[in-house]
Order: sequence, then structure tokens, then C-alpha cells
Amino acid sequence: MAETKYTYYSGCSLEGTAIEYNISVKLILKTLGVSLQEPEDWSCCGSTPAHTLGHVFAAALAARNLEIAEKMGLGTLITPCPACLSALKKAHVRMTKDPAFKKEVNALLDKPYQGGVTPKSVLQIIYEDVGLEAVAKKVTLALTDLKVAPYYGCILNRPPEIAQFDDPENPIAMDKIMTAVGVEVCDFAFKTECCGAAFGVPKRNMVNKLTYKILNMALEAGANCIVVACPLCQQNLDLRQAQVNATMRSSFNIPVLYFSQIIGLAYGYSPKELGIDKHAVNADRVISSRIPVEELAEKKKEKAKKIKAKEEEGA
Amino acid sequence: MEIINTINLTKDIDWEFIDQVRKESGQDTALCYQCGNCTAGCPYTEFFDYPVNQIMRLLQTGQKKMILNSRAIWLCATCEGCTTRCPCEIDVAHIMDILRIIARRENYVSEKDVKKFYDSFLASMKHHGRVFEMEVLLGYNLRSGHFLTDADLGPKVLGKGKLHFLPTRIKGKDQVARIFEKFYEKEKNRG
Ligand code: SF4
Ligand code: SF4
Repeated sequence: MAETKYTYYSGCSLEGTAIEYNISVKLILKTLGVSLQEPEDWSCCGSTPAHTLGHVFAAALAARNLEIAEKMGLGTLITPCPACLSALKKAHVRMTKDPAFKKEVNALLDKPYQGGVTPKSVLQIIYEDVGLEAVAKKVTLALTDLKVAPYYGCILNRPPEIAQFDDPENPIAMDKIMTAVGVEVCDFAFKTECCGAAFGVPKRNMVNKLTYKILNMALEAGANCIVVACPLCQQNLDLRQAQVNATMRSSFNIPVLYFSQIIGLAYGYSPKELGIDKHAVNADRVISSRIPVEELAEKKKEKAKKIKAKEEEGA
Repeated sequence: MEIINTINLTKDIDWEFIDQVRKESGQDTALCYQCGNCTAGCPYTEFFDYPVNQIMRLLQTGQKKMILNSRAIWLCATCEGCTTRCPCEIDVAHIMDILRIIARRENYVSEKDVKKFYDSFLASMKHHGRVFEMEVLLGYNLRSGHFLTDADLGPKVLGKGKLHFLPTRIKGKDQVARIFEKFYEKEKNRG
């Protein structure tokens, strides 16, 4: 592994409605030997609302945090939230590419940001820096009932010039990580469709319609669980699932877990430790059967033996 | 005979507006050749009054009022699908963003609830330095008069230790508030 210590920016959602994302990310990164340091006195990245006012303004809100991170001297800043990532990275990329923009942004700040931080997603460093092999090594339990639809959401990999990671149309990082921890992954056509983003409050019907399509596609793909990397996606798909059922006359009951929670389950943490009990849709039926990986390997061997014996009998 | 809504695009061309959007977005809007890729992939097409490729066309022909009055610019979620897929490499999502910014500046707000939600979010951020979700929701409900928005979600999150009743106030909240003030000051001087 190249680096083991990162600046960690959790963002506002992860202090509130997405607290379980924060908890589970911290647990698994600790298991993987990654240590985190939070920027002192960080502030909100600005998210979507800020760039309806102005881009210099939005970049300044993000860059206040980049400046704090810059002083910490760790180089890479990681965040679990795609909206924070997008805000921080857009600010960073535009400021480093365009000196006039940088000047305008810094004019709004008490302390200027010089461009010395590389923002990445937690997913990216797990995939690239920790690596699939190391991720797989820590697995102790097999999740035999789980079939996940990997849902990346809209901005984690888009636009490619900003994301600079994975494929914008068919991302695979989460698929591969799930496979590495032994979880069955379904082919999911709506990996990057939009869930309705921040419109949940002011435009609830619209969001319900969009999430309906995603939930429906996940079932059609044969999944019994959706795995996500974004607090807004999680909220729209899980917390609002009952609303979807009411508006669209559907009867979805599909749990929506963060990828970090699933990794944590495979590493032997309890659902409670990973905050899975904090979701609206109960996940028990798809995660309760966990068996030690050795036992699973033993079972598989037995099965193979039996098949072989049968074949020989037949021959 | 079917009646088709037609727009006379040669009428009222606002050249200044075309120029302004080009400058503020840094994008060459003339490059768009109406392939429709952006619209085909836009998850919000069914909710837009003008699909995003039509916004691009209206922009090329300087139809300022029609664009700034559109619901589309407020319902765009900046999902970046159009930007990712435009064969001319136009940053379409960025243009939508600029149009929304201009609309806000010039007081064209076709989707008042969306703006009120954003305002409630920004107010919370300015106040505490971080966003306090409970306050954003309550602030929105008060601003919009939709007092019961998401009241059904309450039981689902309360009791799970997710929603705090007190905000986290950061030490540097004044620094954050200053970003707002300096920005407003700059906007005022824009003339
Ligand atoms: S994808 Fe690009 S070129 Fe095609 S219609 Fe949209 S903006 Fe125009
Ligand atoms: S960024 Fe906006 S216009 Fe473009 S595809 Fe997404 S919602 Fe549609």
C-alpha cells in the first residue's frame, strides 16, 4: 500500500441522517490499516445549493476546507460522500487550472488555498491504494444469502474530467469490491441513473418516480439488496421507500446498504456495530445467515465431492 | 390536423444574453448541433417543460425570457449526464447551472419550492458553518407553507439517534458567514 494516512472529510450528512455510513467507513478502514485525521473545524462543502448562487461562491465554501486540509500536509483528502467529493474536487480542479478563478475564490476566503490537496472518494482509495487483494484478506464471514445491485448514483463518476476514476457509464469499483468480499453481484443496468438527488424535500413526487425505476430495476436484476456509496441515494431509496410505495402503489421491501456496511459484515462486525439497524427497511432476512468462510469452503468441497461421486456412479 | 406548438426563434434574439452565458460558462454554445444525446440520457426530461437540448437551442437563438422562465433550469439536478455524453464536449450541466444562477440574480424563479429549499439549506450553513438537517427541513416547511413535508419520515429517523436537535456550531462559523457576505457584496457591485 502506497499511503496509509489520509485527511478524512465526513461532511454534514454523515453527522446526521447518514451517521451509519460514517461509523461503518471508519470501522472498515481501521481494519484495513488506514488511519484518518479529520480537518479541525471543517465546514459544509456547499453541496448543490451553493452553486445555484455562484461558482466562485461555491468553490470558496469548499476551498475553506481544502485550505485546512492543505495545512495538515497529508496530500490526499478522502470523503465518503459523492456530493462533498464533487464540490471539493470541482473547486480544486478549477482553481488549479484557472489562476483568475483561483484569485476570485481566494478573495472570498480568510486564508487562501494554494492547490496542494487531492480529493478522492473513500471508494477510490479502497480500490486503488488498499487494493482488492488486501480487502479480500480480511474477510471472515460469508454472506450467503446476499445478492446485491451496485448503485453508484449520478455524480460519483461524472463528469470524467472531475471524477478521474472508474468508468462514467459502467463503473465497476463497487462491483469488484463486493466480489472481493465474497458477495454475489447482479448485472445492474441503472448503476448511474439519478435517484432524484436533493429534490426529496421540495419535489417529493418527482423523486418517488425516479427511485421507483431504480428499485424496480434492482428487483428485475434479481437483487435482494441495493448497495450504495451516497447518503442521498441511500435516503431516497431507503427512507423514502414507503413513500414510493404509497405514491406508486408498489410494494417494495428491499434493503439499501452502504458498501462499507457490507464489507463490515464480511469482516465480522455485527449489524448493530455497523448501524444497519438505523435504516428504514429491515435488512435482517438478507444478512442474517453469515457463516465462517472456512465452513463455506468446507461445504463447497463436500458438494464438489458429492457431484464427482455421482458422476462417477453414472459413468 | 395536429397542432404543433412552434416557437419563432428569429424573433427577439437577445445577443447580449447569448454573449453573457458564453462568458459566464466559458462554453461555446454554438457548437451544439442538436443531436439530442443530452436529452436522451437526462433523467428529468419527463419533468422538464423544455428538454435540455431545447434549452440549448433556445440559448443559441437568444430566447432569454423563455429560458429564465423555464422550470427545467430549476429541476435540473446537475447529474452531469448531459456533460458526460455530449459529443461536442459542451459542459451542458454547467450551462444549466449558469442559467439558474442568472435566473436567481434576475429574480426569475419558476420553481419557488426548489429555491426555498436551497435557501433554507444555505441559511443553516451560514448560521452554523455546517448544515443542520432538522433546521433545513423545518426552515423549508416554514418558508414554503408546506408545514407537513416529510412529517411521515419523522418516526423513521427519530429514536435511531440520527437527527440531532441541536446543531454543531463550528468555531470558524464567522469565516463561513464572511464568505457569504463578501459574495453578496460582490454581487451588489455587479451593478
Ligand atoms: S448532446 Fe451536446 S450537441 Fe447534442 S443536443 Fe445536447 S448539447 Fe447539443
Ligand atoms: S445535468 Fe441536468 S440537464 Fe443534464 S442530464 Fe442531468 S438533470 Fe438533465
